[in-house]
Amino acid sequence: MDLHKLSGWEIAGKIKAKKLSFEEVFDYFHNRIIKFNPQLNAVVRWFDKPLEFNRNSDSPLAGVPIVIKDNICLKGKETTCASRILKGFVSPYDSTVVQKLKNAGLQILGAANMDEFAFGSSCETSCYGPVKNPWDKTRVPGGSSGGSAAVVSAGLSPVSLGSDTGGSIRQPASFCGVCGLKPTYGKVSRYGLIAFGSSFDQIGPFSRDIQDCLYLLNIISGKDPKDSTSVQAEPLKNLSVQDISGLCIGVPKEYFIEGLSEDVDKTIRQALSFFKNNGAVIKEISLPSTEYSVAVYYILASSEASSNLSRFDGIKYGHREKAESLSEVYFKTRAKGFGREAKRRIMLGTFSLSSGYYEAYYLKALKARQLIKEDFKAAFKKCDLMITPTSPTAAFKIGEKLDNPLSMYLSDIFTISASLAGLPALSVPCGFTSQGLPVGMQIIGNYFQEEMLFNLAGFYQKNTDWHKKIPQEYE
Amino acid sequence: MNNFEPVIGLEVHIQLNTETKIFCSCPNSFGDEPNTNICPVCVGLPGVLPVFNQRVLDLGIAVSLGLNCRIAKEFIFERKNYFYPDLPKDYQISQYMVPLGSDGFIEINSRKIKIKRVHMEEDAGKLIHTQNGSLVDFNRAGVPLLEIVSEPDIFSAQEAYQYLNELKLTIQYIGASSCDMEKGFLRCDANVSLRRQGDKELGVKVEVKNMNSFKAVRDALSYEIKRQANVLSKGGRIYQETRLWEENKQKTIVMRSKEEAHDYRYFPEPDLVRFFVSDSQIENAEQSLPELPPAKRKKFREFYKLREKDSEVLISNPKAAAFFEQACRNRDDFQNIANWVIGPLQEALNTSSIGFEEAKIKPADLLKIIDMVADGGLNNIAAKNVLAEVVNTGGDISEIVEKKNLRQVSDESSLEEFARQAIEESPKAVKDFYSGKENAIMFLVGVVMRKSKGRANPKIVKGVIERRLKNAQS
Repeated sequence: MDLHKLSGWEIAGKIKAKKLSFEEVFDYFHNRIIKFNPQLNAVVRWFDKPLEFNRNSDSPLAGVPIVIKDNICLKGKETTCASRILKGFVSPYDSTVVQKLKNAGLQILGAANMDEFAFGSSCETSCYGPVKNPWDKTRVPGGSSGGSAAVVSAGLSPVSLGSDTGGSIRQPASFCGVCGLKPTYGKVSRYGLIAFGSSFDQIGPFSRDIQDCLYLLNIISGKDPKDSTSVQAEPLKNLSVQDISGLCIGVPKEYFIEGLSEDVDKTIRQALSFFKNNGAVIKEISLPSTEYSVAVYYILASSEASSNLSRFDGIKYGHREKAESLSEVYFKTRAKGFGREAKRRIMLGTFSLSSGYYEAYYLKALKARQLIKEDFKAAFKKCDLMITPTSPTAAFKIGEKLDNPLSMYLSDIFTISASLAGLPALSVPCGFTSQGLPVGMQIIGNYFQEEMLFNLAGFYQKNTDWHKKIPQEYE
Repeated sequence: MNNFEPVIGLEVHIQLNTETKIFCSCPNSFGDEPNTNICPVCVGLPGVLPVFNQRVLDLGIAVSLGLNCRIAKEFIFERKNYFYPDLPKDYQISQYMVPLGSDGFIEINSRKIKIKRVHMEEDAGKLIHTQNGSLVDFNRAGVPLLEIVSEPDIFSAQEAYQYLNELKLTIQYIGASSCDMEKGFLRCDANVSLRRQGDKELGVKVEVKNMNSFKAVRDALSYEIKRQANVLSKGGRIYQETRLWEENKQKTIVMRSKEEAHDYRYFPEPDLVRFFVSDSQIENAEQSLPELPPAKRKKFREFYKLREKDSEVLISNPKAAAFFEQACRNRDDFQNIANWVIGPLQEALNTSSIGFEEAKIKPADLLKIIDMVADGGLNNIAAKNVLAEVVNTGGDISEIVEKKNLRQVSDESSLEEFARQAIEESPKAVKDFYSGKENAIMFLVGVVMRKSKGRANPKIVKGVIERRLKNAQS
């Protein structure tokens, strides 16, 4: 049986009906990792047997295998953020989402490769080497959750978890042709997620089938007493995909700009026509502060990151270089332990927070973030949802942007605004470029309106089959 | 020297005596085995998040109100970034832009010394240096602190000393901290600068650290004031720097210059939300504030009418003051009770090396002893004997008196035999008495006291001996 062509909930159903055992399912995907990972490098650590899980769960994904991004702490396992500096760090505790997965009966297969500390849009900054895009192994899978996107795309796991700070779930989802959701900020506990930009970071699900995404979100979300920024919200109801007539979809004009590839533009417009033909109202809207998003984001997220990464100092855990003095321990350990992009962000953030620059950079960016939030607030008075391209292009070549950080940063230009505002946003596969590379559309909703995103995506998936496409090699 | 006026500002940290730490549920406890009161949160493991302990806010508000501060209606925490091995996250969660309390004062010598701010933050761990290298104990990491910063509004070392004593007393009355400096529950750094008499502008300030007692603060400031005056009067200049007080050498030495000062890169702590303090929360806190030293002093002066000195002795020890006040309910011999608390009771505690908080004696016990002495049932020596026991064991005073057989003997007939023996055994004293040295009789009284194991009523004994000697003479 081709289990990798089934959705997670279909697999769970077969287990429930005793047509499959937990072990059979685990072994099937475990073996696919062993077989395919050497060419993809999407998984950095996999386990011979699943981490202890609740065998009596009645969750809709009970027994479903899952891969976790390598920045989400797993008790008793190494968790490294794909960084040399955390090599050897074994977490003594489970992150809240991992606890919830185990309780819901999911079988954890292993940890997914990523950009070091989630700094990147291509998975090329990992200390374990780059991840390959299953659709074209000369191309990147996107990042930073590229490993998590690639495993679902290649069928090495039915679902996975990633984390999104400025687009790190949505952009790789679009590059790999799978669904990926960044939930509303606060919807999912960050406890146990190794922080990058604390006021942006959200853990979120990847899947091919949108129903899996919804189930997974319901499992991992909720107020967590260990995360003061988490928020209680009702679990989402099942998909309602019958009718979208009257739904008002906003299309921000600032997102259809120079630099947007023709293929992507065309694909998104086709999706918009589809929605229009099915009764939705398509309305051009404006988010005037969009042009500041990238700058604002890189100042704020890097500032937070520079502080969040201080604790990796060689004193308590992870890598430590031999040194003669205390300051040498810091200098040598951090110089050796962090990669280039991590250093770049630490420097950028440290500079933005420094006395004499704080007002001009950090504080100003904080104010601009407020403007961006207000843009969305005004726009959501005129529409129910927004649709944009997830990324200006499809997957680019490995090495193409590595030495040009600015062009790399622009790869997140469409995802960053929703991150700054803390809004939920979902990337859904909606077609292919002429070169056969997947394209994703981003659906942005108002705070805690994930249900609306899923219903629209569900309606789309019911009537299209882009999400069922699997790269030929992994059929 | 007299041409210069010192200006001092004090920065005090106190550890709050909450059950648990400020951002996790580890016990806040002193003196345990290293690294036993720790969890992933307080050692700053990757991925952990702080959760604010509301009890810290309650105590913070109480102390701020006790120091006459305005309370912030909303506040956030900020990160103070610097690298040090005892700081698990290499940043400290503190408050920067908006402190919990601001614009307060402490009154010393009828002058209000301004308090700039009171803010909440987390403590760091502790380094332990051994021959095999340095170790870190994280038990203290995450213990809640209040930082209390005065304005540069203190003008002598002695005034700084008084400010610290009054601050400590206020916090002790509130019950927010024991302020035990030896245990590091209270720490103090000082900023001191000199300016020419009459100048408005402040001089270059020097920060002084490493003072381990209030006396050390006073000594260090006195030293530093002299040092700076010396430099300035010779036409030299003072450099902005941090200096360490060396207790052994009784001098300050340079620790770091201004150029080496940190840029802490404060920014809002994104892992915590904005906090709001409601009017009713402040009102409740105000209402549940205990009586603080200024009000206490007024009451001890005007209501109990105690001698100023006695009043200060009692007030300087909140537990003693509370004991005294409890004892004074339904009584009116306030000064007498104060005398007993400050005198024999305090002595008994000192002998047993315990404080009021550990003593088993209850105010009613002391009153019983006082009354027994007044009505002749117990003499002063026996009273001390009883106190020595009851502070350690507690229990019924009458029973202790009976058990120890301490009830005073005032019955003449029972004392006649002791008096007869004393006269017979002390011919020299008898002779002295007859030769006109009336005081010699006290020697004989002493002999009887000894023979009665302290129980004899000395007044009665004196009468009996006097009668016997006079009878023998005639």
